[in-house]
Formats: sequence, C-alpha cells, structure tokens
Amino acid sequence: MTAQLVVRTDRQRRLLRRVPWWIAALFLVGIAVIWIFPFLWMLSASLKDNMEMFSGGLKLWPDKFVWDNYSRAWNDAHFGRYLINTVVVTVITVVIVTVRCATAGYVLARYRFRGSKLFLGILVATLFVPTGYTIIPVVKISMQLHLIDSLGGMILALSGGAYVSAILLYYGYFRQIPRELEEAAVVDGAGFVRTFFSVMLPLAMPVTATVAVLTFITTWNAFFLPLVFTFSRPDLRTVSVGMQAFVGETATDWAGMAAAGVISIVPVVVLFIFLQRYFVEGISGAVKS
Amino acid sequence: MTTRSISLGKRRTHRSRAGASTVDHPELPRHGWQKTTWIWIFLLPTVVLYGLYTIYPIIASYWYSLVEWNGFDADQQFVGLSNYRAVFADPLFWNSFKVTLLFMLLVVPARVLLTLLMAMILNSPKLPLIGVLRSAFFIPVVTTTAIIGVVMRFILDPASGPINSALLKLGGGGVDFLGDQHLALPTAAVLYVWKFFGVTMIYWLAALQTIPYELYEAARIDGAGTWKLFRHITVPMLKPFLIIITVLTIEETFHNFDLMYTLTGGGPYFHTEIIEIYIYRWAFTASIPQLGHASAAAVVFGLLVAVVGAVQLWGVYAGRRLRGEQR
Repeated sequence: MTAQLVVRTDRQRRLLRRVPWWIAALFLVGIAVIWIFPFLWMLSASLKDNMEMFSGGLKLWPDKFVWDNYSRAWNDAHFGRYLINTVVVTVITVVIVTVRCATAGYVLARYRFRGSKLFLGILVATLFVPTGYTIIPVVKISMQLHLIDSLGGMILALSGGAYVSAILLYYGYFRQIPRELEEAAVVDGAGFVRTFFSVMLPLAMPVTATVAVLTFITTWNAFFLPLVFTFSRPDLRTVSVGMQAFVGETATDWAGMAAAGVISIVPVVVLFIFLQRYFVEGISGAVKS
Repeated sequence: MTTRSISLGKRRTHRSRAGASTVDHPELPRHGWQKTTWIWIFLLPTVVLYGLYTIYPIIASYWYSLVEWNGFDADQQFVGLSNYRAVFADPLFWNSFKVTLLFMLLVVPARVLLTLLMAMILNSPKLPLIGVLRSAFFIPVVTTTAIIGVVMRFILDPASGPINSALLKLGGGGVDFLGDQHLALPTAAVLYVWKFFGVTMIYWLAALQTIPYELYEAARIDGAGTWKLFRHITVPMLKPFLIIITVLTIEETFHNFDLMYTLTGGGPYFHTEIIEIYIYRWAFTASIPQLGHASAAAVVFGLLVAVVGAVQLWGVYAGRRLRGEQR
C-alpha cells in the first residue's frame, strides 16, 4: 500500500513539473494565433459582404456567410483561369527543374570530364543572382525567340533559373552512393541511361521529393517573371499577378479580393502541411552543408 | 552530407554531433567517348536553360548597359559609359541604393536574433505542441508574397482597414502605415521579418541540432544554470552558424521585389523604392522605356550582390575554420 502511494505522488510530481511547460506552450499558441491572424482574417473576410468588411474590424466570425464572393472571384475576376495557369506553369516547371537538376547533379558527382570543375564553379558563383538583375535580357531574349506573352516562354524562363541548391543537393547525394552499386548495374548489362534511371534516380527519391517541393513553392509564388511575361496577355496571368491586377481593376470589391487570395494561397498551404518534412529538410540543408 | 535532419513535427530525442562528412569520395571512373556523349546529353538541359536564362543575362546586362535602347526598335546605339554617368547622377538611384541598404539594416538583425530566440524556445525537448507551433510560425513562408502584399495593404489601410478601425475603438486610429514617409519602410520591414521569420528559424533549428545534448546534460550535472548553459555552450557552438545564417539572410533581402512592389509600389515619394523597383520602373513602366539606363542600374546592383556574395564565401570559409578549431 505504501508503495502504491509513493508511485502516485511520483506521478503527480511529474505532472506538476510539466505544468510550467504547458503554460509556456499555451502562451506560444496565443502568439502563433496572432502570427497567422492575417490569414484567418483573410479567410473570414472572404465570407463577409463588402459592407461588413469595412465595419467589422478585426472580428473573425462573419455575421452571415456570403459564398458569393468566391463565385465572383472565380468567374468575374478570372481566378479560375489564373489558378489553372498557375497549376500548369508550376507542374511543368517542377518536372523540368527536377529532371535537369538530377541529370546534371548525377554526371557532375559521378564522372570526371573536361570542364566539370569549371561548371561547378560557375554554378556556385551564381548562387544568389536576383531576378531584378537578369530580367531585362531574359525578356529581350524571349522576345527574340517569340516566347514572350506565352505560358511556354514563362515556363522556360522559370526553369532556367539558377536552382544551384537543387543541383548541389543531388550532387552531394550521388557523391556518397558507393560505387559497387553502379558496377553491379553494369555487370547486369545496364548502360549509362539505364543505370541512371533504374538504379541511381530511385535511390535519390528523398532528394527528388525535396527539390520538387521547394521548386513547387518557389514557382507557385513567383511574381516578377510572370508579371513581365503577361503584360499584354491578361489571360495568361498566374494567381500572384492576377491578385495585383485585381486591386487596379476593381478597387471596391475587397471581399472578392479576399476570396481570390484564399483561392491562391490555400493550395500551397495544404501542400506544405502534407509535405513539410521535405520542405524543411531542403532549407536546413542550406545551413548544414 | 549529413543524413540527419530536422522537422517541424517530430522531435528528435537522439542527438549527437552531426559528423562531418565521413564519406570519402570515390575515385571517379574513367570513361570513353560514348560515355562522354551521354555526360553531355545529361548536362544539356541545364546548359541550355541555365545558360540562356541565367548566364547569358548576366553577361548581356553589361552590353545593354552600354547602349541606348527603348526595347521596341531594333537599333541600339552604343553610348559608352553615359548610362552609368546618368545613373550615378540620378539622385533617385542613390535613393534606391540607400533604401535597399537601410532595409537590410532594419531587417537582418531582427531576423537573425529574434529567430534564434524562437528557435531556442521551439527546440526545448519538454515543450508540448512543438510541431503545431513550429508549423504555425512557418506558414507565412510558404504563402505567396505578392498576395500577402496586397492583403496587407488592405489590412493596414488608414481609412477602412481592420487595424485602424481597431485602433479607433482604442481611441487612436488614422495611422497611415504605408502612406507615411517615415512609417512606410519600417512597416514594410516588420512585414518582411514576419513573412520570412520561419526560414531563418529553420536555419537556427538546424544549427541547434548539431549541439550534442550530452553537453547540456553534463553541464547541468555540474550545476550550471540555464544562463550559463546558454553562455558557455549554446553561444560558442553557434558562432560559426551565425556567420553563415547572417549572410544567407542578407542575400535574401536583395530578393524583395514581390513584397515591396505589391505593398507600396516604391511609394510614398520613392521612400520604399528599392533598386529592383528602380530597375523595373525604368525598364517596364516608363512611357519610353530606357533599357540601357535600367541595365546600368542592374549591373551596379549585381555588383553589390556579388560583393556581399564574396563576403559570404569568406564567411563560410571562416566559419569552417571556427568549427574546425572547436573540434
């Protein structure tokens, strides 16, 4: 009986010791709610009517739910089309970037050839080139190739970005794979391409996931390039550019704008919640390596 | 390459020092012409795309900065360095240069130090709800900057925005956060710190994971308090990361077109016109675009970024040395 008593007080003490941590956590949850308040407010504003949006202040719960804002944003403000444009541009860019970074990272890591060191050197040197610096020649060359004012041109320009960290992620990963694996594949009769696609690329699945997720988020959120590529073709806008145009075109429909914002932001947030592991690994890799 | 990783959701219980790369690089195989062909085929997409849209523009900017050209006509007139003279004589260029640097000064210390504080809190193994909290602070990072800019412009609107109507109830109100010359840049800086807080926090979490937990335990057994642990273990172990993270953060502040353009468009009266907006204005929104002038500004901007990049390489090198000394 005494033993039972001791056990109980022990547990109680342990619970007591956790109380300050729970208080700290609840305090942080409060800060976190303020932190994401702009998104919560946007979500609630997308369900208010324009009158209530102005008078409602920071109140989150709408008096009555106005779903009409979404149909207005989707149809009249063309956000349905902008969303499709964004999905098309993002998906194709992710595929192109992943493939090109994987193949480049692979040969740079596994083979020595003339110019490989120089190639890596140039890559690293362009790690931080801002879009604002390259934008004028990019537009000019796209004009010469008749690629301006088209989704195809936008996709090529977006996939032509440096993506140095993606190549370096593949480079580092392929570098540490033991050579025996490759030799075994050769013994089995696999050629260069087969070795890559059926042995090496499947092994690099975690890197592929990281690169794909990072590229997805970057491309979905891209603004500068889509902005200048759609000057004369409003029907090709992506959601981020469409949002900017929204304010200029219909300056009074703020509730519709909030609905458009929700339409544009929800896909990335959902994707992030499901794939956050790969996202975080990619970012933290930048510091560790 | 280390295989260790951090995540927003899961907590690591096993901690050990992330071993410095122990994989010895395999001797690279020799190859014949057939393989060489394949190597270049594998490199081709990168060579073409990256060459066309990154390398060529870097070089072409120099040429464009030496010509007078409106972007429509085919004829480009070589004018030597006169574009540079015009850029350097333009007080608005120096203004944008100043705004860019001032923005950096406002943003970088806040981002680097506040995120360290938050990372240390969100790294404590006993804190409940850690995954939810990390994710919440990270959410603004994944959302579209250009959309945040537009939405924030409404939230901060002096007449009808919710912030001001809330201030009104408290007896204040009428604060024109983005329209006031003195408030616009600090407001943009606060929003920028908020938006990208999560990225730097992840950098710091990654750095904190490299500190072996046993060190803390041993010190605690020796009777060290929280402050002493921080002062004598955390700070020295993080020193090399401080350099890397600061420079990464500085470089990131150069990519700020999206937020600034959608938030203020460079106004009021050019008080938030960063160099990227200056370039954009001369190249795309002027009634007669002056691509030569814009290119000259872009080249100067590129040089500024390159200088910081060089400092970064030096910083990483110094960081490696610091880490080496501690081992």
